[in-house]
Amino acid sequence: MREIYLDNAATTKTRPEVKEEMLKYFDVVYGNPGSFHGKGLDAKDAIEGARERVAKIINSKAKEIIFTGGGTESINLALKGLAKSMKDKGNHIITTKIEHHAVLHTCEYLEKYEGCEVTYLDVDEYGMVNPEDVENAIKENTILITVMYANNEIGTINSVKKIGEIARKHNIYFHTDACQAAGYCDLDVEKLNADLMSINGSKIYGPKGVGILYVKTGVQLVPLIHGGGQERNLRSGTENVPGIMGFAKALELAQTEKDEETARLTKLRDRLVNGVLEKIPKTFLNGHPTQRLPNNANVSILDIEGEALILYLNEYNIYTSTGSACTSQTLDPSHVVIATGLPYEAAHGSIRFTLGRETTEEDVDKVLEVLPGIVEILRKISPVNVAAEHIIEARRKK
Amino acid sequence: MEIQTTTKLSLHPDVKAKADSKKWFYTDTVKEHFFNPRNLLMNDSEGEEYSKNADGIGMVGSPACGDAMKIWIKVDKKNDKITECKFQTFGCASAISSTSMLTVMASENGGMKIDDALKLKPQNIMARLGGLPNRKFHCSVLGDKALRSAINDYFRRSEQTTRIIIEGARIVDPDTKTTDKDIEEAVLDGALTIEDVQKKLKIGIGNKAVIPAVEELIRFYKEKYFG
Repeated sequence: MREIYLDNAATTKTRPEVKEEMLKYFDVVYGNPGSFHGKGLDAKDAIEGARERVAKIINSKAKEIIFTGGGTESINLALKGLAKSMKDKGNHIITTKIEHHAVLHTCEYLEKYEGCEVTYLDVDEYGMVNPEDVENAIKENTILITVMYANNEIGTINSVKKIGEIARKHNIYFHTDACQAAGYCDLDVEKLNADLMSINGSKIYGPKGVGILYVKTGVQLVPLIHGGGQERNLRSGTENVPGIMGFAKALELAQTEKDEETARLTKLRDRLVNGVLEKIPKTFLNGHPTQRLPNNANVSILDIEGEALILYLNEYNIYTSTGSACTSQTLDPSHVVIATGLPYEAAHGSIRFTLGRETTEEDVDKVLEVLPGIVEILRKISPVNVAAEHIIEARRKK
Repeated sequence: MEIQTTTKLSLHPDVKAKADSKKWFYTDTVKEHFFNPRNLLMNDSEGEEYSKNADGIGMVGSPACGDAMKIWIKVDKKNDKITECKFQTFGCASAISSTSMLTVMASENGGMKIDDALKLKPQNIMARLGGLPNRKFHCSVLGDKALRSAINDYFRRSEQTTRIIIEGARIVDPDTKTTDKDIEEAVLDGALTIEDVQKKLKIGIGNKAVIPAVEELIRFYKEKYFG
């Protein structure tokens, strides 16, 4: 049976070109970039080449790219590193309620252990942050605004350019978590007015365990990892050469293909969303109808519990995820769906399909063929029938 | 183990084929009960029909908290045994499987003595399921509560009020021995006003002084479950 992988926001399959690019850095160009001999210099040349290529894509200088161990690490370095280096100038951070846990839990850490004060902004029913709210939250002691580019759960793309402008106007640093956006959005840091930007390899068909933090010249960070002083002393440890080479290749390919892929996936995404809304009663779309990632279709299916549904889909080789508490480590339902103003039951029944390079129209149709039957079974065996007509009507009207 | 009459769900044939080979988060027993729950009442009409002859009905949980289950029992009154135990579950795989297993345990081998059924713990169900991942433990703790709630309902209907078990509950009305748990259940059952709750529980009729406390609890549970 064909594998229908619709969980590309969780991680992507490494693409063959990327895998191919990486191979020789395991056993041919295997030197330590810090060594003075030829083997080391070859490796050094390779990663500096990769740095140039990444810098070109995001319109920065090469030295502004710090290779890290992934998106979470980049975000930790950006937030903790800046909070520590700025502690004499201020301690207030502005963020939103829909950030990834990498941001939210780092902020909680900073509140608890570093004396920071954090404002968590509300979002509207689509998961959009109002740039005016950002501006109004600015205080004397604000040092950083961090707002995600595109949301990993509901796919909403925020007005980061405007938020960046506001940050620059007030002379406050701006970080954006671009992990989900990197495959589909413009990453030009000049246009985005970003001072810090995090990207992850494993969301763009690159290797896992490698990412970048863009650090604009002049932004001072205190490193989290101390040692041999690699990556401008911001991230010690021998560089992950194969990972870095794979990351650069993956980002290049993703950005080259993004317009074409956006057009193709938007069609498939809309086919999937419209199909679900037509075929299954008591369903609605989560996130913004148009300002959203082309590969993200997140729907709430009321009166079912997400985990049971994804386990049924699993039996059809269809792989998806849910905002239900039952699949989270913390047993809390999706904080993102809740932040858009929906009740808990809508979060428990939220299903996220994230399409990818290999997704075809047949795959979408297969989902639409099996999903209504599964929902029917789960609804039949449930004693619950939420009176939620008002929610559905309100959400569907828009 | 005596397998009871099973309610087979209409799975697509290629799902059945796959069901034996795929990597799975839970034990095989959990999987088996998830895809083929025993003693299930399918849809509202089956539930309503069964309710007419049931001796006790209990429901716990809510869609907001992610799990809700309803249990129906029939009792052999002479021998004080549960002869049939049926269920419906809204929840994840472990919630569905553990309720299914619970109904098997309560009714297998000619039925479980009510006093034994009252002692059933989530640990007993988990053992029969071959274990559940630690963080899913909470999904199996509602089934036995629903069963006790059904048994309490049976006690109430058969006027064996002295046998009603109050678990970790606070008595709100000493006259009727009504607890906060009873009020929670009444609210979950749709009684959202003091009048409706009084119809179900006869609370505060002899002792009007408890009414403000009852109203406060109704408000609390109403907000908790219905927003």
